[in-house]
Amino acid sequence: MAGKVNVAEKLGVNKFNTDEHNSHIDVNKDYTDKKEIDRVIRVCPAATYSLDENETLFFEHLGCLECGSCKVLSEGKLVKSWNYPVGAHGIEYRLG
Amino acid sequence: MSDERFDCIIVGGGLAGLTSAYVLAAAGIEVLLIEKGNYSGAKNMTGGRLYSHSLEKVIANFAETAPLERKIVKERFSRGSAEILTLEYDSSGLLAPAGESYTVLRGKFDRWLADQAEEQGAMLVHGVRVDNLLIDDHKVYGVIAGDEEMEADVVILADGVNSLLGQKLGYKTMPLAKQAVLGVKELIGLSEKIIDQRFNITDDSGVAWMLSGCGDVYDGFIYTNKDSISIGITMTLDDIDKTGNSAPQMLEDFKNHPQIAPLVAGGRLLEYSAHLIPESKENYLPQLYGAGVLLAGDAAALCANLGFTLRGMDLAIESGLLAAQTVIMAKHENDFSTQSLALYKKKLENSFIMNCLKSAENCRNLTREVDFNSDPLNAFNNVLKNAGIK
Ligand SMILES: Cc1cc2nc3c(=O)[nH]c(=O)nc-3n(C[C@H](O)[C@H](O)[C@H](O)COP(=O)(O)OP(=O)(O)OC[C@H]3O[C@@H](n4cnc5c(N)ncnc54)[C@H](O)[C@@H]3O)c2cc1C
Ligand code: SF4
Repeated sequence: MAGKVNVAEKLGVNKFNTDEHNSHIDVNKDYTDKKEIDRVIRVCPAATYSLDENETLFFEHLGCLECGSCKVLSEGKLVKSWNYPVGAHGIEYRLG
Repeated sequence: MSDERFDCIIVGGGLAGLTSAYVLAAAGIEVLLIEKGNYSGAKNMTGGRLYSHSLEKVIANFAETAPLERKIVKERFSRGSAEILTLEYDSSGLLAPAGESYTVLRGKFDRWLADQAEEQGAMLVHGVRVDNLLIDDHKVYGVIAGDEEMEADVVILADGVNSLLGQKLGYKTMPLAKQAVLGVKELIGLSEKIIDQRFNITDDSGVAWMLSGCGDVYDGFIYTNKDSISIGITMTLDDIDKTGNSAPQMLEDFKNHPQIAPLVAGGRLLEYSAHLIPESKENYLPQLYGAGVLLAGDAAALCANLGFTLRGMDLAIESGLLAAQTVIMAKHENDFSTQSLALYKKKLENSFIMNCLKSAENCRNLTREVDFNSDPLNAFNNVLKNAGIK
């Protein structure tokens, strides 16, 4: 299908009040089940989960849209703990 | 040690929470609403159209002053992926389950409703996340935010679909993967004139459009706003295993569909958003109340996907209203026990909400079976009859 999605570009138009240092999601970096990792990577609308060239899992909380999909799918597996960012931080929809 | 005390504390400044705040304040109840976003609506997105009937009960003629986008006059329902077949009909006829409806953008709409609640005397605090509940012997008596504790006779949890606080209570609020639907949306800016032309509408009138089965595991939706189009996809989380595609790519594919692309061509991306939708299945309903606590809106999974339309906002508003009425009654009796608050469940059962939820699953399944090769209009009419809508 023509047109590979560029998620970074889409996130670029959004307003975020980023909490640079504290991640509201704690990911289990030692988790190795490839199938589970793959489904979480594909479900995340913000493409915050990715694999680098060495197939190492990379997670970036910046850009998270706080939907909760990774929590519902994989809490207790790939997702160690999930919370909303502290008050006033994270995504801020101007239009919604 | 408690810092402050209120009659009622509401967690979440979405439509359910704000409606409760409005109704309670208007009745002279001392109410505090806590919202983690910097303003009400900052964390919220929807399709979406708001059926006006439930808010109308709370604020008569609200459509005259509220920030609404367009009044829905035209409904479309489609099936098919390679080739999309579409049924179009007038909103006032066949499918008017809840009367008038309008497209809304939550960033604007929730802020307006928050202003109305404040005018009634509700106290609203923004930019604060509630971290936990104060509980004594299974009775909720307040909230904890950071290192502050605030007490109240009763707490209304209107904290949305991922109700973390409901989970802390041990309530089965969390949607399971098979009951949670992910919605991913783009808001695309286009001039009013171009939208009018492309959708064959005029003035402030608009289109609501649901596209069933337009991808391997996803459905599509399109709503016209004043000078933007809301376009998105929805998929049940569990279905990620039935596809190799990613959720953001699904929306891209939908937008690139030859029958859809011309509608958004030349538009400018204004915002990209994602949110879960609770989809109650097999009569699943989480706990609605307990000692000193009530759950309203998405936090209680009160959201009905009927296939040809989606109703969460009017249910959130109605449940917010009913929760507030229950609190007013309990305050009158000075009894916030589980037995006293059971009134809320009765009120929900006597409202349109439970009927709507009951017919949703059946209706959704039937709309997926509408056969456009035979007599689609008749088939569609049958869907509604079977689902108890007509
Ligand atoms: C893609 C999509 C399309 C939809 N389309 C439609 C449609 O067309 N029509 C329709 O009627 N419905 C639609 N819905 C459903 C509808 O949007 C929801 O049912 C509705 O928004 C629920 O309102 P609510 O007040 O219960 O929750 P929300 O609007 O989610 O509000 C919850 C609030 O609580 C706050 N909060 C949460 N936790 C905390 C905490 N710990 N501390 C402080 N604040 C907290 C959040 O920031 C948020 O503001 C759609 C939903 C989606 C996702
Ligand atoms: S909450 Fe949603 S957007 Fe954030 S990382 Fe999880 S799946 Fe991605």
